Amino acid sequence: MTGITSYGAYIPLTRLPFSVMAGKPPKDGGPEKAVAWADEDSITMAVTAAMNCLQGVDRSSIDLVILATTTYAFAEKQGASIVAKALDLCGDVRTVDISGSLRSGTLALQQAMDAVKAGSARQALVVAADCRMGAPRSGIEMNVGDAAAAFVIGNDKVLASLNTVASCAKEMMDIWRKQGDDFVHTWEDRFINEHGYIDNTVKAVRLLLEKSGKAASDFSKACLYGPDARSHGTVVKQLGLDAGQVQHPFFGKVGNAGCANVPLQLVAALESATKGDSLLLASYGDGADALAFDVSAVAADAAVRRGVAYYLERRRVVDHYGKYLTARDLTIKEYPPIDDQGISATVQYRHRDENFSLQGQVCACGTHQFPKGRVCVRCGQKDQWTPVTYANASGEVVTYTFDAFFPSPEPPTVVTITEVKLADGSAGPRIHMQFADASAKDMEVGKQVEFVFRRIHQVGKRPNYFWKCIPLDNAAVKGDAA
Amino acid sequence: MSIKDKVAIVGVGCCKFGENWDKSEEDMIVEAAFEAYADAGIEDPARQIDAIYCGSLYTKNGPVEVGEALKLYKPLTAVSNYCATGTEAFRAGVMSVAAGVYDTVLVVGYDKPKDRGVSGPSVNIRDVRDLPATPAGWFALCAAPYFKKFGAGREDLARIAVKNHYNGTLSPKSFLKKQITVEDALNGRMISWPFGLYDCAAQSDGAAVAVITRADLAKNFRDDPVLVKAVASGSAANPHTDPDHDFLRWKPTENAAAEAYKMAGITDPFRQIDVAQVHDCFTLTELLTYEDLGFCDKGAAKDFIASGTFELTGELPVNTDGGLKTFGHPTGATGVRMIVENVLQLQGRADKRQLKKQPVLALTHNIGGFPTGCAVTIIGME
Repeated sequence: MTGITSYGAYIPLTRLPFSVMAGKPPKDGGPEKAVAWADEDSITMAVTAAMNCLQGVDRSSIDLVILATTTYAFAEKQGASIVAKALDLCGDVRTVDISGSLRSGTLALQQAMDAVKAGSARQALVVAADCRMGAPRSGIEMNVGDAAAAFVIGNDKVLASLNTVASCAKEMMDIWRKQGDDFVHTWEDRFINEHGYIDNTVKAVRLLLEKSGKAASDFSKACLYGPDARSHGTVVKQLGLDAGQVQHPFFGKVGNAGCANVPLQLVAALESATKGDSLLLASYGDGADALAFDVSAVAADAAVRRGVAYYLERRRVVDHYGKYLTARDLTIKEYPPIDDQGISATVQYRHRDENFSLQGQVCACGTHQFPKGRVCVRCGQKDQWTPVTYANASGEVVTYTFDAFFPSPEPPTVVTITEVKLADGSAGPRIHMQFADASAKDMEVGKQVEFVFRRIHQVGKRPNYFWKCIPLDNAAVKGDAA
Repeated sequence: MSIKDKVAIVGVGCCKFGENWDKSEEDMIVEAAFEAYADAGIEDPARQIDAIYCGSLYTKNGPVEVGEALKLYKPLTAVSNYCATGTEAFRAGVMSVAAGVYDTVLVVGYDKPKDRGVSGPSVNIRDVRDLPATPAGWFALCAAPYFKKFGAGREDLARIAVKNHYNGTLSPKSFLKKQITVEDALNGRMISWPFGLYDCAAQSDGAAVAVITRADLAKNFRDDPVLVKAVASGSAANPHTDPDHDFLRWKPTENAAAEAYKMAGITDPFRQIDVAQVHDCFTLTELLTYEDLGFCDKGAAKDFIASGTFELTGELPVNTDGGLKTFGHPTGATGVRMIVENVLQLQGRADKRQLKKQPVLALTHNIGGFPTGCAVTIIGME
């Protein structure tokens, strides 16, 4: 039986209230959207969602990684390989990017199911992440939001098995971004919704019902894509679903997270599912996919897992629209950023373990060192090292400063010397690291932190990644410590 | 083996430090060097000087900038050690004379950062780690643990800025000549907590020169030569990754001081040293240096600051010319500029800032890197 064996999600901490977009103060309980901040993008969100998903999962069993996103910096240069390296997955893993369609998330799920079912992969990691932008102050900007969802697909200890799939393709110029476009473009909404989204989504679901012999009323939860709340409501109505059957599509909370929208809904549905439930998924983009899942078990740690419920509660509200524009690099500049060769690719290649995997090493004498060097700072011996990956460990702030001189959309940059704390309580290496998702007032000597993969800068007009620390949340399960 | 009393300083020179928009490296080097020539009574440098040791961190073309500026074509060596670069050039020169390789050596420290178009240090992004790489961010890292442990705070730092700003008003060659109050210092724009604008040294251009010679030849140049008692360099593990660092001190200073005191035979620095120029790139650096040099116990600096110990009229005046705070920090020049001030104080030539009690033994101190390196000199009258 092939199906989902683990899941996790990520929603950025920062929320942009619609009232702030309209130039008014934030309003308690008002509609908002989740926005990837200046140091986040689809890759960093994918990595965090995947870390949440891989808790308790034997990483050596993952031999296929599929990244689904329509928002990625490179036309040529894979994203899944960065995600796999950040997760410190072993080298003999097949990495795949699925892109170009808002259905990429459900297409990735199906590809992974097929590979595992066929035996070409033992366990597959599927991550869908998107951070699409509408033009500032447009209706699309209000609808879209940023998030990521991750799943492990396997044959053992399945939580939800795939029952039936149905797909249809539809060629039309309804929603698009050309190479180099920053913003989502659409044709007239009445045309594209009627002949694109609504028509095809309903068609794919009806095909699935026919193939599976089920009725719409048989499903416990329906996770339906929607470009906006109103069109989503029309599909619910046409399929004859009850309000109680419909998974909240996150409009006014996260926004439409592109190809991660339906995967994110699936995580939410799994969080509240009970054994024996059946789930309906329908996604749209250049055609439609419908998938039916049977829930066979509930995750033992469902209550503390970092998924949708966890992240919906963690919010930091932006109080000024200008901060959003700055963070997303949408402000007007006299000169474009320097388009040079960026930081040295050879140096980055040699530092790949440190920079992508947060990997250091421990000496035979017991001293941990980061970055890796040849000679031990304590015992002076050469090359007595064993690699250790610290990404899943926690840390403690030894000292800090608030640097207002370094360029940042929201100065000051909080900088720390953080000492890694190993699972047995002993000290790992000390790392010069920025503190994120929190402000100066949250900092103190001894602050407990955990690590997140973030975009550090865009020198060379490329995303350049490393790790930052954020306040440790003990309440929620994190991956196995190093 | 010690270097004590083998080498003498017989001439010093210093150009006006500041945002020298209308002066090049050449102008500043020439002004400082010719002042030093005159000070040493040197009339024919090509005959009387055997070698040049120079230090510049922001050099555009390397040591040739010095040789060509002075049209002095002698063995030419550039030395570099972050903010201790100037003192390291002096150290290399002193060692070459002590070794008997050369009789008389010209030491030139200079830098011209204000040609780079940035008001502070430039932020170089060459990697994804260790950012933000700003000197204020590095030197601020002792603040939180130190303040927590010893109950010190921004007011103690402010008093150091006030002292150095005052001393700077008495120095003809300083960049900033503005007296400030503790209030001013506390209200400055934040740069990197706990450093406000007034806690930070300015960026400026400058050059300083010393002529050194064999001790036995010194009287041929001047009647009142100043003898080198010690010149030491210390280093320590990068504090960002050092697994044992307590962030209450900078270890390179402790290491360099221990070596210098051993060379000079100093056992009680607070009583034996009469005047000191220390590296106040940031006010906290000066505060930690009081303790790291052994002028007072660890944690006691704030009491010594409060009682005025390090002011011009205090028991152990520190940064009598206004320090990096008011001269700015043209990196290669700074260490040599400090030696110039100590020579003037020892020879009773420091004019308005001349110490009432004539000093006999004087110390300079530079620290740089993350910080990872330090250099200390001790000079004195016979």
